[in-house]
Amino acid sequence: MSTPLIALSIRGLAKRFGTKIAVDGISLDVPAGSFFGIVGPNGAGKTTTLSMATGLLRPDFGTAVVHGVDVWAQPLQAKKLMGILPDGVRLFDRLSGEQLVTYAGLLRGMDRDVVAARVGELLAALDLSQDAGTLVVDYSAGMTKKIALASALIHAPKILVLDEPFESVDPVSAANIRDILDRYVATGGTVIVSSHVMDLVQRMCDHVAVIAGGRILAAGTVDQVRAGATLEERFVQLVGGRSQTEGLEWLRTS
Amino acid sequence: MVAHLLRLKLTLLRNGLRRSPWQLVGLAFGGLYALFIVGMCVVLLVLLRQQDPGLAQTVVVLGGSAALLGWGIVPVIASAVDMTLDPARFTTSAVPMPQLLAGLALGGLIGLPGLATSIVALATVVTFSRGVLPAAGALVGAVLGVLTCVVFCRVVTTATSSLAASRRFRDVSGIAFMVPLVLLGPITAGIFQGMAGSGAFLSDLAGRISWTPLGAAWSLGGDLEAGRPGTAGLKLLIAAATLAGLSWCWKLLLERALVTPPYSGSSRRKGGRLGLFSLLPATPAGAVTARALTYWFRDPRYSGSLVVIPLLPVVLAFQGSQTNDYGVLMITGPLTAFLLAWSISGDVSYDNTAFALHVAAGVRGVHDRLGRALACLAFALPTVLILAVVPFFIMADWAWWPSILGMSVGVLLTGLGLSSVVSARYTIAVPLPGDSPFKKPPGNVGQTLAVQFGGMGVLLVLVLPEAGLVLAQVLTGDPLFGWINLALGPVLGTALFIVGVRLGGRWLDARGPELLAQVTVNR
Repeated sequence: MSTPLIALSIRGLAKRFGTKIAVDGISLDVPAGSFFGIVGPNGAGKTTTLSMATGLLRPDFGTAVVHGVDVWAQPLQAKKLMGILPDGVRLFDRLSGEQLVTYAGLLRGMDRDVVAARVGELLAALDLSQDAGTLVVDYSAGMTKKIALASALIHAPKILVLDEPFESVDPVSAANIRDILDRYVATGGTVIVSSHVMDLVQRMCDHVAVIAGGRILAAGTVDQVRAGATLEERFVQLVGGRSQTEGLEWLRTS
Repeated sequence: MVAHLLRLKLTLLRNGLRRSPWQLVGLAFGGLYALFIVGMCVVLLVLLRQQDPGLAQTVVVLGGSAALLGWGIVPVIASAVDMTLDPARFTTSAVPMPQLLAGLALGGLIGLPGLATSIVALATVVTFSRGVLPAAGALVGAVLGVLTCVVFCRVVTTATSSLAASRRFRDVSGIAFMVPLVLLGPITAGIFQGMAGSGAFLSDLAGRISWTPLGAAWSLGGDLEAGRPGTAGLKLLIAAATLAGLSWCWKLLLERALVTPPYSGSSRRKGGRLGLFSLLPATPAGAVTARALTYWFRDPRYSGSLVVIPLLPVVLAFQGSQTNDYGVLMITGPLTAFLLAWSISGDVSYDNTAFALHVAAGVRGVHDRLGRALACLAFALPTVLILAVVPFFIMADWAWWPSILGMSVGVLLTGLGLSSVVSARYTIAVPLPGDSPFKKPPGNVGQTLAVQFGGMGVLLVLVLPEAGLVLAQVLTGDPLFGWINLALGPVLGTALFIVGVRLGGRWLDARGPELLAQVTVNR
């Protein structure tokens, strides 16, 4: 294929909070069927960019188009195509895990029987079956992340946008989630993840974008971006800000 | 080491005041209030010196016992206990246990409640300064009593701190606190009536309590004054044993607390119970209704306001029994309708950022509004119907029932419609999810007041037709106006309900992300 299908196309997205410019004109094309990583230091604008691309936060400038549907002109159609795991938002945590995922399905107008079947499978795949009836408020941080992921998957979206999906998730569950996402991508789905963990992104993703200070510093396939070095080395090189580790002489124990 | 802990407590207090001048103002007001109460108590105790020793004994024992109970109970229900010297924070500093105990106990005396209790307790020495022996007895009793108060408080808070970390306990205690608060008026009136009934009742009670750990310490002075040194000796033993026993309990609890941090355990439950989600229609609006109804019963911030509803007629009935005019009961229906309808005016604020799920799922605004309004209506309509009609059975006068019933239903439906519009556009400061319903909410108080009063003003205008008909019936005495109201209330209410849900839905469609951004500020 000469021109790959574009799943998510962002053009000139920008957002300002008060005097601070959080996102300063970001443009990005995410090819369909790709596993796309977005990395950046704290406060780089990752969450703000993803929120604007998914219809959760209205941008000051710019557009976001999902499979040909403008997110801000036709929000209801665009949101049908997307599964979203936002970072740092609460859940309706007085529902049981099972109720929460069912709620997410019914809110999207799905059929009751389809929802029930999928909820069972999702909870089993994410190792939450034993706690399906427990209230989400009593879940651990990792379990909460997993139940939010299940809520994002229930309607079989064409594109998944996951903000920090592996935070406080145990290694076994993380491996399970990676398997689910790999299979999802293999069958033509598109996944966008943001993360701090460079190793994970390098192993898992085929495309990556490095964001800092509200701008894109590099974007492309993982091999293009890391240019022979590891992704972590390249990231530090691009972003800068490593402090020299002199001083603290007294901390040596010998 | 003990001096260290005391200095730490004082420094913490000072730095707390330095953080904001309002803290200082708060302390000043609290101090003035405490000074007033303490002053009254001291004057009373000094005056008691001239009175009958039996009376003095009764007052001192009962007052002291009440203080001790207060030290034990108030921290639990108010969870307002000062945790600046929380023993858990000393786990890593390896302070020897006896010194930690002594330091924490004396530290508990610093602060308004400790100071106030100490001063009042010492004033009992004046009450019994009718001889050297009674005064000495009172002094020993006061010291023992105050120490017992502090240690008892620590025992209770240490024992419940792991309990208080559990969500279920916090949920239930928060709501349970509501009941005595609402019934405060009737309860105090009842107690005063009982006391007026018999004078000997109190002195009997004091006599019995003085043999229990509660009152033993406070009765030493009185018993010595009455020339019963044997009795006083026995009570001294009881008081000392109480303090020793409590200290021992505290030591055990503290040793356990230091090595086992609070654990909020809960049992795992398998699925299969979808509750309301399997009963209500599988549509977006049906799902929102199921979710909102589930919250009305599971979230203490919602269920707390439900607890008030059955208490409302009780308070009004009590009011009526005082004046023997039960007409005031008639407002139960409209008042309940207003309270319930207005309670969802901050629904999105209560969701907080969980509302992101609605925005992300692309729920249509009208479904969101309709679901929330129907959830409230599902239990509010039967409640209001019952509360609007039952008073007439009590009054046995049926002249007003059509008017009141029509007005109640009108207020409920109109209010729900208006709430649907208000919560689609404005956020108010409410307690965060998981917080106690009593916790002071973060956020803009000015906007909250403006939204609340502005909304209530609009509601008043919207129910003017119903109110006008009630007024017309009052002026002319013609029951026809009542019957018109019975028809008009539901019809006009339903119309405004539909308009409100539609308009709120349209606003939500247009401004969903902005609303989400507003609630994100207070997370």
